[in-house]
Amino acid sequence: MLNSTTRGLALAFGALSLAACGSGTPAATGSAAPEKPGKISVAASDTECKVAAAEVPAGTSTFTITNGGTKVTEFYVYAPGDRVMAEVENIVPGLTREVIAELPAGTYETACKPGMVGKGLRNALKVTGEHKALSSDAKLAEATANYKRYIKTQSDTLLVKTQEFVDAVKAGDIAKAKELFPVSRTYWERIEPVAEIFGDLDPAIDAREADLAAGEKWTGFHKIEKDLWITKDISKDGPVADKLIADVKTIVAKSNAAELTPLNLANGAKELLDEVATGKITGEEDTWSHTDLWDFDANLQGSKAAVQALRPVLEERAPDLVKTLDEKFAAAEAALGKHQKGDGWQLHNELSKAELKALSDAINALAEPISKIAPAITK
Amino acid sequence: MSDRMSRRKLFGLGAAGAAAVGAGAVVTRALVEEPTVAHAASISDPVSFYGEHQAGIVTPAQDRLHFVAFDVTTDKRAELVELLQEWTAAAARLVQGKEAGTFGTVGGVPEAAPDDTGEALGLPASGLTLTIGFGPSLFDDRFGLAGKRPAALADLPKFPGEQLIPEISGGDICVQACAHDPQVAVHAIRNLARIGFGKVSVRWSQLGFGRTSSTSRAQATPRNLMGFKDGTNNLKLEDAELLRQQLWVGAQDGPAWMTGGSYMVTRKIRMMVETWDRTSLGEQEAIFGRDKGAGAPLGKKAEFDTPDFVAKGGDGQPLIKDDAHVRLAHPTTNGGARLLRRGYNFVDGSDGLGRLDAGLFFIAYQRDPRKQFVPVQMRLAKTDSLNEYIKHISSGLWACPPGMRDAGDYWGRALFA
Repeated sequence: MLNSTTRGLALAFGALSLAACGSGTPAATGSAAPEKPGKISVAASDTECKVAAAEVPAGTSTFTITNGGTKVTEFYVYAPGDRVMAEVENIVPGLTREVIAELPAGTYETACKPGMVGKGLRNALKVTGEHKALSSDAKLAEATANYKRYIKTQSDTLLVKTQEFVDAVKAGDIAKAKELFPVSRTYWERIEPVAEIFGDLDPAIDAREADLAAGEKWTGFHKIEKDLWITKDISKDGPVADKLIADVKTIVAKSNAAELTPLNLANGAKELLDEVATGKITGEEDTWSHTDLWDFDANLQGSKAAVQALRPVLEERAPDLVKTLDEKFAAAEAALGKHQKGDGWQLHNELSKAELKALSDAINALAEPISKIAPAITK
Repeated sequence: MSDRMSRRKLFGLGAAGAAAVGAGAVVTRALVEEPTVAHAASISDPVSFYGEHQAGIVTPAQDRLHFVAFDVTTDKRAELVELLQEWTAAAARLVQGKEAGTFGTVGGVPEAAPDDTGEALGLPASGLTLTIGFGPSLFDDRFGLAGKRPAALADLPKFPGEQLIPEISGGDICVQACAHDPQVAVHAIRNLARIGFGKVSVRWSQLGFGRTSSTSRAQATPRNLMGFKDGTNNLKLEDAELLRQQLWVGAQDGPAWMTGGSYMVTRKIRMMVETWDRTSLGEQEAIFGRDKGAGAPLGKKAEFDTPDFVAKGGDGQPLIKDDAHVRLAHPTTNGGARLLRRGYNFVDGSDGLGRLDAGLFFIAYQRDPRKQFVPVQMRLAKTDSLNEYIKHISSGLWACPPGMRDAGDYWGRALFA
């Protein structure tokens, strides 16, 4: 997975390399770039690969590889994801070979491969100097616009469903309120990372009892949840319900007005899975109602929506990452799908430890590639 | 009193390592001085990742352990092989004291999660070794390995009295991380687990804080949590011929991918230390068959004296009882079968009943468990008087392939060839 995701980055560099190659004298660009070394020597052996420079200026670099070992070796310069930027094969013991690499600014790896197999002995190589921004900004802008449309549809329904929930609470209809609780939360959980931008409102809407400091006033969904499932008395929850819908209205207005960056989308997709890992799999989110799997599903869908909005950009820059994400999203959905029950989900406390571990594994498998989206889109 | 002083010094040295050498050596006996000298010179140095055999077996036992067992979650053979290659590359870096990925904790772009978790930044290699093993469950039909399962990797029989917990037993792949610094060992396992997400899942893991065996004559025999020297007759680095006979899988043993490898048995053994501690010294020594101070076999003077299983006391009874641990475990009473033990003490907090959750994480390497661990343990499980104070709660059996020839090699290469 590490590989397929870093491979994504390689494409970003690939697009860059054309621009860099045509930009003339690389050594003259950017005063911060290190001085151009003549040739970079590489001392290769069966167990070591000593590259004389760890940082070179953008443009062409010449590597001189001497094989001091007993095995035939190879030398590579890789862009992230093992995209080959330069290679020289069949360096027999005792031989010295040269290879020229054209490298735009960025982070690379060099590798010697004694025996010509395996991952090789890796070293980091930093290339610095002027580098032009990518020309696909229009696609990134389209991605955020797309995601904003998603926020709009979700928040519209969030308002409607929260109002229904609040009405049921105020009417004292415990059964109906219990039924609406996980449903209204679904729309909230799908877009929660955006809501979190407005720090003080998120806790007012979604704080759990355990989150509170001594003496702090508890409001929002989970206060009503406890009254619905534990105290079974919602007669005094009218003001809490009123405040909930007022806070939700405020946050919906703010969310729809917020300017989002592609990075917000990438990080939001990751944060939603972090939410699943820390709150839902443990059953801490809905500790009274045990309706955590509704939230789990909503987080997963919200994460997927953010990734889908970025998809055109990712397909261009990181096609392998897109493939991995598709595969792992499908696996996570399938793992969760086993616990569907009617229109909803099994309760958290109906799942065995082994079933929870399977869900945890699926989220871990998905979250690692998702954490690679941010660097892929910012390059 | 002076005996007690020196015992405390001994513990001090084990924990504090090089720092305590000067002070400790003056007041303690040769037994204590000897190992610390050899120890101190290498406590932060790297151990080579390459060689005929994997490091972490006859490597002089380091002070700390983090052991992990994984279940393979991918069903794709190619993904598993890819992971083993990534792990090998990361392991080769980690044992040199380098970071898990080439960009490390702070060398990457700010938008990316660092490719090393960072807690070992600035720490030396600390003698880190990473040793891989493959469990019997890997050899099912998922990866086409059924035909490659070694006969010696036969499931262990049920031993009388064991109370194994399935969730902390077995696994498809294990990695034993040993180092002189616990942070270095934990860092290695954490980064390997991270690289493995989506392909493997941590099944269980175990920390060990103090070695309970010596695997070199340059090391003193340490004590287990019962306060005894146990495993005096351990196979050691210097016993080349014995290692060939008892530790390493020979070419004639088969399968070919295991030649130069070894089989590891892990057992988590909970000790009822509270009841043990209120047992009289005489009874404790009778149970082990050794003197608690010097570790000498009963009736002898020094730790490495050969036990006399025939000698009788004034009462006409054997000096070393028939059910004493040393008699039952000794090679001379087991057809010469020996083990290379490499276990660690553990204390996993407390058990909620006012007792320490403590014991021994037993690790033993050998050429063929069917002829070594299994018969010895069967005998111990049936008759060892120590059983009243211990309980086996986890079990693992692992085929550890030979060492990495060079950087082109990878964990499991010959197995997956």
